[in-house]
Amino acid sequence: MNDDIVLTVIGKLLIPFILLFALYVQFHGDFGPGGGFQAGVLFAAGIILYALTNGTAAAMRLIPPGLLAPLAALGVLLYGGVGVATMLLGRHFLNYSVLAQDAVHGQHYGILLIELGVGITVAAVMLLIFFAFTSRED
Amino acid sequence: MIAENLPALLVVMPLLGAPLCILLARGRWAWLLATLISWAVLATSIALLWQVREGAELHYAFGDWEPPWGIDYVVDRLAAYVLLIVSLIGAVVVPYAGRSVSTELPSRLQALFYALLLLCLAGLLGIVITGDAFNLFVLLEISSLATYSLIALGRDRRALTAAYQYLIMGTIGATFYLIGIGLLYMLTGTLNMADLSERVPALTGSSTLHTAFAFITVGLALKLAMFPLHLWLPNAYAFAPSVVSAFLAATATKVALYAMIRFIYSVFGVEFTFTEMHIQALLLPLGIAGVLIGSVVAVFQHGVKRIHAYSSVAQIGYMLIGIGLMSVTGLTATLLHLFNHALMKAALFLAIGILSFRLGDTCLRSLSGIAREMPWTMAAFVVSGLSLIGVPGTVGFVSKWYLILGALEQGWWPLVALVILASLIAVLYMGRVIEVAYFGQRPDDAPPVREAPLALLVPTWIMVAANLYFGIETSVTVGLASEIATGLMGTAAGTP
Repeated sequence: MNDDIVLTVIGKLLIPFILLFALYVQFHGDFGPGGGFQAGVLFAAGIILYALTNGTAAAMRLIPPGLLAPLAALGVLLYGGVGVATMLLGRHFLNYSVLAQDAVHGQHYGILLIELGVGITVAAVMLLIFFAFTSRED
Repeated sequence: MIAENLPALLVVMPLLGAPLCILLARGRWAWLLATLISWAVLATSIALLWQVREGAELHYAFGDWEPPWGIDYVVDRLAAYVLLIVSLIGAVVVPYAGRSVSTELPSRLQALFYALLLLCLAGLLGIVITGDAFNLFVLLEISSLATYSLIALGRDRRALTAAYQYLIMGTIGATFYLIGIGLLYMLTGTLNMADLSERVPALTGSSTLHTAFAFITVGLALKLAMFPLHLWLPNAYAFAPSVVSAFLAATATKVALYAMIRFIYSVFGVEFTFTEMHIQALLLPLGIAGVLIGSVVAVFQHGVKRIHAYSSVAQIGYMLIGIGLMSVTGLTATLLHLFNHALMKAALFLAIGILSFRLGDTCLRSLSGIAREMPWTMAAFVVSGLSLIGVPGTVGFVSKWYLILGALEQGWWPLVALVILASLIAVLYMGRVIEVAYFGQRPDDAPPVREAPLALLVPTWIMVAANLYFGIETSVTVGLASEIATGLMGTAAGTP
């Protein structure tokens, strides 16, 4: 990629807002449209834009690819872990009502936690796929 | 607490074991974890079967959302029976994988391999246990996606095309299934299987229902490799890593067949399936064609794995014929063969895996005279081969016996002749391998080969012993299979 000043500057301007919007979609998912999947894709899109404007090597310094597979696994574990926690608290798998003193708060925390798991995994897997394609050697 | 959550734990344990394997990152640790999980899963499914042995039904509502709104896991005798098959194969294959995988895969991929294997196991178990038609699709995709990647890990580069071929065919199958479910949902407004089965009879005559039935049947037929939709199977089994061939041959097609049985008998009902849709007109001829063509093609293959891949197509044919007989005996034969074929194919492919472990490939040429160097491996191969042929004293005989009984009940003599003819062809293709291995000469320039390590031989012989045990002590499998068949045929027992 030849360093195109327009692309780099516009990218630099946009990326923080893309990441912020991803976080908004992530944590506002229980009140409005959104949720972990969309947030994860948006977050990954922000990083991918950085990779497109500043080069894959820079993006890989920002987020080491070796970290992505464990992150993807961690997201799944967070989701499943919430389910296991509800079982340990004496209810069925993924019955969030027992996570707080009353059912409403429990459901609220539960959905936030599992969506966070979804978000982490989706963002990590999106970046894994992107890096897998851009760093092909043969 | 544990007892109450058993149906969920059965799927949750392997599902969460998979990301743990990735975090462990070391092949050895991942293998240890996967082995422990596969044994825990086996214990869980035995406990479930024990609880439902008298015909009770266990329900588990996920997140305490009551069915039909939430996802309901249902364990009845049929589900518990198939769960036992899948988890039994898992509990034998995963320990075996330790040695086999360490030679066939580079070390950086080994932890991922176990993660995929556990995901595949979780998906297959989930398909069996779920009582929700859409959840079944999700779990079908989990197991299928894991399977595609597992096949692609094969040593031969042709594994990639085999995996891609299966990816395309499998995705078409899953999509067809999903379209069928969509149509059913449109008609009934529900995805819960028990709820669906209550609403379907009122819709008899609706062409949308007919279309839904057709889509679901064809979609599942692709996944279970019904002739002529079996084209993905030979390459997938032949080029996958040995462990994967053994695991898939013994479980994947069986679980798809289970899903088909579930839809035919529980969701759509015997009445609708056989008198309105006449599915027997499809299953019988295609089953017969599968048995004949699969067996004949197997005779002309050059690799041992391909021979047994085509033989699997033939064995699936037997199971379809059993359903097509439309009787309790026929269905009993199908269910028995579901169990028995899993045992024999697991034993065969595990023995083939040992050959591949020592020799590097499994062409007939390289097996020449190998029986002198590896007597135990070849003996396991011969015994499970006899079981595949259907020699009395092995499990293969039991299921073929019931299939013949079912055919005689209807007075279909040509079918009896067909089963015997196909068994004779099986003698041919097993005979080719045995002839080369026992009577061939080891080439002079061949490197010396030793008998396989115990870590591989013990799981193989456990499967061989199971072939013999369930062939002689038939009360468990036959008793269970005939009770399930009677229950499924329901009020329309006998011929509908």
